[in-house]
Amino acid sequence: MSLLEARGLSKRFGGVRAVDHLDLALAEGDLLGLIGPNGAGKTTAFNLLSGFLAPDAGEIRLRGRSIVGLKPHRICQLGVARTFQIVRPFPRMTVLQNVEVGALARHAGTGAAVRVARAVVEQVGLGPKANAVASGLTMPERKRLELARALATEPAVLLLDEVMAGLNPTEIERMVVLLREIHAAGMSMLLIEHNMRAVMALSQRVVVLNFGSKIAEGAPAEVARHPKVVEAYLGEEYVDAAPAR
Amino acid sequence: MTWLGIAALGVLLALPAVVSSYVLTILIFIFFYAFLGQAWNVVGGYAGQLSVGHAAFLGVGAYASAVLAQEVGLSPWLGMFVGGALAGALGAVIGYLGFRFGLRGFYFVLLTVAFAEVCRIVVNNVEAVGGAVGFYITFTGDPRQFQFRDNRAWYYVTLVLMLAATGIVALIERRRFGVYLAAIREDESAAEALGVDTLRYKMLAMIVSSFLTGVGGTFYACYLLSLQPNAVFGIPLSVEIIIRPIVGGSGTLLGPILGSFILTPLAEVSRYYLGQGGWHGAHLIAYGVLLVAVVLFLPEGAYPRLVRLVRARKRA
Amino acid sequence: MDLTLVAQGLLSGLLFGGVTSLMAVGLTLIFGVMRVVNFAHGDMMVWGMYLAWMLSSRAGIDPYLGFVVCAAALFVLGLGVQRGLVDRILDAPHEMQILLMLGVALVLENAALVAFGPEPARVRSSLTLPPLWLGPLFVDVARLITFVIAIALTVLLGLFLFRTAFGRRIRAAADNPYGALVVGTDVRRVYAVAFGIGAACVGAAGALVAPILPFQPTTGLGLSVASFNIVIIGGMGSLLGAFLGGLIVSIAESLGAVFLAPSMKELVSFGLLIVILLFRPAGLFGKRAA
Ligand SMILES: Nc1ncnc2c1ncn2[C@@H]1O[C@H](COP(=O)(O)OP(=O)(O)O)[C@@H](O)[C@H]1O
Ligand SMILES: [Mg+2]
Repeated sequence: MSLLEARGLSKRFGGVRAVDHLDLALAEGDLLGLIGPNGAGKTTAFNLLSGFLAPDAGEIRLRGRSIVGLKPHRICQLGVARTFQIVRPFPRMTVLQNVEVGALARHAGTGAAVRVARAVVEQVGLGPKANAVASGLTMPERKRLELARALATEPAVLLLDEVMAGLNPTEIERMVVLLREIHAAGMSMLLIEHNMRAVMALSQRVVVLNFGSKIAEGAPAEVARHPKVVEAYLGEEYVDAAPAR
Repeated sequence: MTWLGIAALGVLLALPAVVSSYVLTILIFIFFYAFLGQAWNVVGGYAGQLSVGHAAFLGVGAYASAVLAQEVGLSPWLGMFVGGALAGALGAVIGYLGFRFGLRGFYFVLLTVAFAEVCRIVVNNVEAVGGAVGFYITFTGDPRQFQFRDNRAWYYVTLVLMLAATGIVALIERRRFGVYLAAIREDESAAEALGVDTLRYKMLAMIVSSFLTGVGGTFYACYLLSLQPNAVFGIPLSVEIIIRPIVGGSGTLLGPILGSFILTPLAEVSRYYLGQGGWHGAHLIAYGVLLVAVVLFLPEGAYPRLVRLVRARKRA
Repeated sequence: MDLTLVAQGLLSGLLFGGVTSLMAVGLTLIFGVMRVVNFAHGDMMVWGMYLAWMLSSRAGIDPYLGFVVCAAALFVLGLGVQRGLVDRILDAPHEMQILLMLGVALVLENAALVAFGPEPARVRSSLTLPPLWLGPLFVDVARLITFVIAIALTVLLGLFLFRTAFGRRIRAAADNPYGALVVGTDVRRVYAVAFGIGAACVGAAGALVAPILPFQPTTGLGLSVASFNIVIIGGMGSLLGAFLGGLIVSIAESLGAVFLAPSMKELVSFGLLIVILLFRPAGLFGKRAA
């Protein structure tokens, strides 16, 4: 049985089919990449999986149990944590407090939650910034904070939406190492990523979306040669693992 | 910090022995408005849900305990909690409607104002509780009736109210409840993504806040002995309730108290001096100017600014 | 139930609705363009009333002429408030905007209290004529004149917004501030003028209503709340919604006074407001949701 599975997932906005009969399956311990040009429907798929949007049609199961129609907080409590592409830190709270909010999902007492939060903050490399106010963080730090908060909810699946966008190559390298560590520790992940090199470095399998539909699925290297994928990316961004600028 | 708190408490306990009755009266109002501000702070400050209709809760609490005392003979010591419960129920209704239907910002403000206005108009038209004439409480001076002849007793009553509310807020602040409220205030969607049941916690905040405000209604009724619907349910009173925590620093534990210590004497003194020259309303002009100045120059409030000044001083 | 009474209520409500509409159109214009709720709207209107009163009692100018001066004065006030205060907090959280405007409202209301005292005032128009009779219904001439001028002003404003170049720029800014920026509109100027016009609306409305409604400094708060109700009911930012909402609310309150009690008439509009907030927060004529 898959850990997280979506079947026939669909969502329209007016005339736009943002997600169109999408099937996804993530097994325990998987790291699945979700790629596709801008506007392909990746973020919308995350919004559906995490309960921020209700699907027009389709089914979402977590360990076989349907989670369609549940509120986002409930889905988080059940073990699906997401990050936001456009990061949303709690600006006037410190890094540690931000992460504590996540940890409180599993630990009712603030003492235990703070301990967990501290460990996660260290894990993502924000230790020196633990007591800094979130509004003062740099973009790479914000991305790490976004990741840390989701991790602190001790999820079964992590949904990461472009956590490397806006980072420079060195920062991307560090993020790849960090994600690999987290994955190695047993975390299942669904990773939306624009940076193909990072995707190739991390995932065994990728799903390619275009206009809301899955156009290819398979090992990163295979998928990158798939004609439909090449076509989808033409004029958008070259599929080749061009170094990020 | 702890020692500072203990010292402050000692001073407050000893104060009635040394100050004049006029000063004592001002202190009573400082404490009472700090109490109301602290109650508002739970939902308006910590949870960031701007209610401009809190007078409704005060009014419901005040009328409930006054009417129960006069008509049924229930002691306000108990009526206080009945009033609080009724106010809490009203808060639950308003909160549920507002939060369930996703009203934010101006829409939520208007919903709270509308409910307060409905209360005001209805009470104005219910002859059984005095209608527009108001409801009056006979003065007995009997402590069992929550009435005191000595202003010093009122002083301690309001001091306890203020400290109790502050204690409750301190407890909330340190628990999951408080952290979640802050998260909701900062970014509701992000909070939801992290497992926060935002509807539930906003409701809880609203109920705690309206319950406490309703409890305060009993002091209002028994101290002033008369309730006028236009005053008790009016928007101006709601503004009085919110302005102190905002000036002091909303969403902070000591903001409402600091705000009340700044504003209440200012209002009192300017009302006294400016009112003498026929300048009715002048102190409210000062209020308005202050509100504008706070928004433009001190949007986070006085307390956070004070804390930063002290920290900077220490480091220097 | 006496049908004549109901018809009379309808008629009075409709006639009073002219100023209510003008007031609400001013509020929704400011909101539409700047996304700022003018909490001082009613207090600005009260200043329009007192200016009309001064013009009438000191200079003998009839309010039905004086409203032009009142509108001009309030235009300047609105422009000043926008330039001096609102402009600085356009990007601030809306709580801060609400508090700022509450501050302005307190200043305006109490300045009126200091200047004119708490007693109710009333302006006499020299045009006051005996009522006209329409069968069994009587028409108060003052109300009729007020209604006609208010509607004429609203139509003029509509023509300005929809038919002139600057008016179109204001509406463009209301629809999309960034779009207006791109096409090179001086957004700050548009904002200041829009706030000025919004205030001028209540300046005129205040002067026009002064002969038929006794007022005092505290009247402003109720007027503010009434205009908020109307723009929510009509649809925030919708000019047509504010116009029709003003008429609807005025008629509903007038009928409420007939069916309930005069002191309970506002209950009708608050009830309507709560229902709209819950079930149709975009308002009767609004397209944008809450
Ligand atoms: N809330 C929304 N309302 C209307 N259209 C939306 C909304 N969210 C996304 N869309 C549209 O859905 C499509 C998919 O968007 P998105 O999921 O953000 O793509 P991606 O994350 O792959 O770049 C786009 O055409 C986008 O404009
Ligand atoms: Mg996206």
